[in-house]
Amino acid sequence: MNRTEIMAKLNEIFCDVFDDEDIVLSDDTTADDIEDWDSLEQINLLVAIEKQFNIKFQLADVADLENVGAMADLVEKLIG
Amino acid sequence: MSVLDYPFDSAYILQKKKSIKKELLAKDKFIEKKVAIMSGSTIGEIKNILELFLLNYGIKPEFRVGGYNRYFEELMFDDGSLKEFGPDFIYIHTSNKNLENLPVPQDSADEVNAKLEKEFAKYKTVVEKALSYGAVVIVNNYEMPFYRMYGNKDAVAVQGVVNYTIKLNMMIADYIATKDNVYLNDINYLSSLVGLDNWHNLENWYLYKYALSVDQIPQLAFSLAKIVKSALGKNKKSVVLDLDNTLWGGIIGDDGVEGIAIGNEQPAGMSYTEFQSYLKKLTGLGIMLNVCSKNEEAIAKQGFTDRKEAPLSVDDFICFKANWEPKSINIANIAKEINIGEDSLVFIDDNPAEREIVRQSLPTVTVPEVKSPEDYIKAIDRAGFFEITSFTKDDAKRNEMYKQNAQRAAAESSFTDYTDYLLSLNMTGEIGAFSTAHCERITQLINKTNQFNFTTRRYAQSEVEAIIEDKQNYISAYAKLVDKFGDNGITACFIASVEGTNANIDLWVMSCRVFKRHFEYAMLDYVVGKCKEMGVKTITASWLRTAKNVIIKDFYESVGFEVTLDTEDEKRYILNIPEDYEVKNKVIDMEIV
Repeated sequence: MNRTEIMAKLNEIFCDVFDDEDIVLSDDTTADDIEDWDSLEQINLLVAIEKQFNIKFQLADVADLENVGAMADLVEKLIG
Repeated sequence: MSVLDYPFDSAYILQKKKSIKKELLAKDKFIEKKVAIMSGSTIGEIKNILELFLLNYGIKPEFRVGGYNRYFEELMFDDGSLKEFGPDFIYIHTSNKNLENLPVPQDSADEVNAKLEKEFAKYKTVVEKALSYGAVVIVNNYEMPFYRMYGNKDAVAVQGVVNYTIKLNMMIADYIATKDNVYLNDINYLSSLVGLDNWHNLENWYLYKYALSVDQIPQLAFSLAKIVKSALGKNKKSVVLDLDNTLWGGIIGDDGVEGIAIGNEQPAGMSYTEFQSYLKKLTGLGIMLNVCSKNEEAIAKQGFTDRKEAPLSVDDFICFKANWEPKSINIANIAKEINIGEDSLVFIDDNPAEREIVRQSLPTVTVPEVKSPEDYIKAIDRAGFFEITSFTKDDAKRNEMYKQNAQRAAAESSFTDYTDYLLSLNMTGEIGAFSTAHCERITQLINKTNQFNFTTRRYAQSEVEAIIEDKQNYISAYAKLVDKFGDNGITACFIASVEGTNANIDLWVMSCRVFKRHFEYAMLDYVVGKCKEMGVKTITASWLRTAKNVIIKDFYESVGFEVTLDTEDEKRYILNIPEDYEVKNKVIDMEIV
C-alpha cells in the first residue's frame, strides 16, 4: 500500500469516526482543524486505524503525533 | 437485525458510533432514564457505547459522568450535584486497578486476611452509600490479574492475587445476594469470556487510563445494557421453537420417529439433547416454550413421547403448533393465545428462509441468526434475552399459571352465560395497600405490564418504597387472585395520589392473565371504599396511548367515569363518587387486608 492509499484509508476512517463526509485530510491537518477531535476521539481514531491496517501501535509511537502526516508516516512504517 | 444485536462487531461499533446513534434516535419512542457513571478509570467511550446499546433496547439515557477516578469521593461526599441529578441508575466502574490492599509475597496469612477485610469493607461502604441516592446500583466485581507472581500457585497461595480476587469476588457475591436494588456486572466472567489477554491492554491503560482494552468496551457496555433493560422489565418471556433440525436432527415426517437424531448415542443427537436440556432449565426460570413447526401434529408429538431420550416432553410447551399454516400466522396466534406481546417472543429455527419470512412479517419478534445445533445455546445465552435481575416465586410458577389459563379457556367455552362461568371459577382474592413484603413483585409488575396499563409510568423499587411510607398522600393497592385452577399470585397494582378531595390515578396495571374476571371491578370497589374513608369526593384518571394498551381505551367510561378529554393519544376522566356507590364485583370473594 502506498502513501496515497494510506491517506485515502485514513480519510475514510476520519469520516466514520466524526460522522462527517466533508472531511478532507492533508498531511498538515491537526486536531485544531476538526471540531470534535479531542483526546477521547484520538483514542477511537487510533483503535480504528489499528484495526483497519492490522497493526499495533507502541506506546512511544503515539505519544506525540503532531498531525495527520505523522500518522500516515507511522502507518507506512508499521505495515512495512 | 441491528448492528448492536449479538453477535456484534465491536470494531465496527466503535468506528461508526456516531452514525449508529443517529439511526437509533430516528426511530421509536423511548423510556427516558438517568444514569450516573462513577469513574474508577476512564469512562468516556464506555458512556458513548452504553448509550447505543440502551437506545437499541428503547431506553434513552441522560448521563452524569463522574470525574476521573473520583467514584469514592463523589459518592461519599456528594456536593449535592449527584443528588440533584436524581439518577435512576448508578454504575460504579471499578476494576482491579482500584484495589488498594493487594497482598504481597512478604505478607503473613493474617495480614492478607486483614487486607481482604479492609478492601471488602470499602466496597460495601461505597455500595451502601450509592443506594442512599435511591437509584438502582450496578457494580462490577474484579477481573483476574494481568500477571501471576506464583504462576499456577497464585490460585492456591494466600498471598496470590488470583486467590485473593477469587475470595473477594465471593464475598461480593454473598453480599449482593442479600441486597435489593444492587446488581452485579460480572466482569470476572466477561473478561474470561473474551480472554484476559484481550481484556487487559497496557497501552490503553498507560496512554488513556482505560482499565480494559478499548476493543472490549462494546462487550462491557452490552453487559451493562442487559442488566438495565432487565431491571426495567424489558426481557423476553417466551421461546418459539421449530422442531426438525432445531430440537432434533432430521425430518420426523420423512425419517420416522426412530430415524431422528436425539439422545447421547451419536454426536448429532448429543447436541440436540443438550439444547433440549437447556430449554428445560429455562422453563424453571418461568420462560415459556412453544412449538411452531411445519408437521403433522400427531407425528410431531411422537418425537417427545416415543423418544425417551428427549429431555423435553409435550407438557413442557404452552402452545404446540404443528401444522402447515405459515409460521408468521402461527407465531402471531401463539402471542394471542398466551396473551403476551409479539415483542416478548424469540423464534428459533434452523431454516434461514423461515427466519427471514418471520422477520419480515412480524418485525417485533426476535429472530437470532443460528447456524448449527451446537451454536443454539450460545445464541440464546450470550444475547441475554432472559437476563435475570429479580426472580420471584411467581416467575417460577409462571408456566404452571399459563397452563391453567389454557384450561380456563377450555372451561369458558362450555358456558353460555359469562357470569355463570366466572362464578364457576370459585374465585377468591386479597387486596391491600402496598407493603414491603410485596415490594419486589409490585415493582416487577409495574415495569413489565404493557397492555392493561393506563399510563405506562415505570417505578423503581425505591419509588415504590417511598409510596409505602407515604400513606397520607397515596392510595395504593396490590391484589391477588386465586381460582379453582390455581393461584395467580399478585397480578394487579394501583397507585393514586390524593390532593384535597380528589384522588388521581397515577398508575393502574393488571396482568393479562386475569383480564375480564371482574378483578378490575373488585379493585375499583376497594379504591372507592378507601376514597370514602379519606373524604375523597372525586377520582380523576387518564389513558395515555401506547402501542399496546389500546384494549383498555374505553375502560373507564364502561365503569361510570365521565370523559373530560378525548384525543387520539390521550383521554382524561373524572368520577364523582356517588353516595350510594354500588359494588361492581359480585363474583370474587375479596378479602381486604
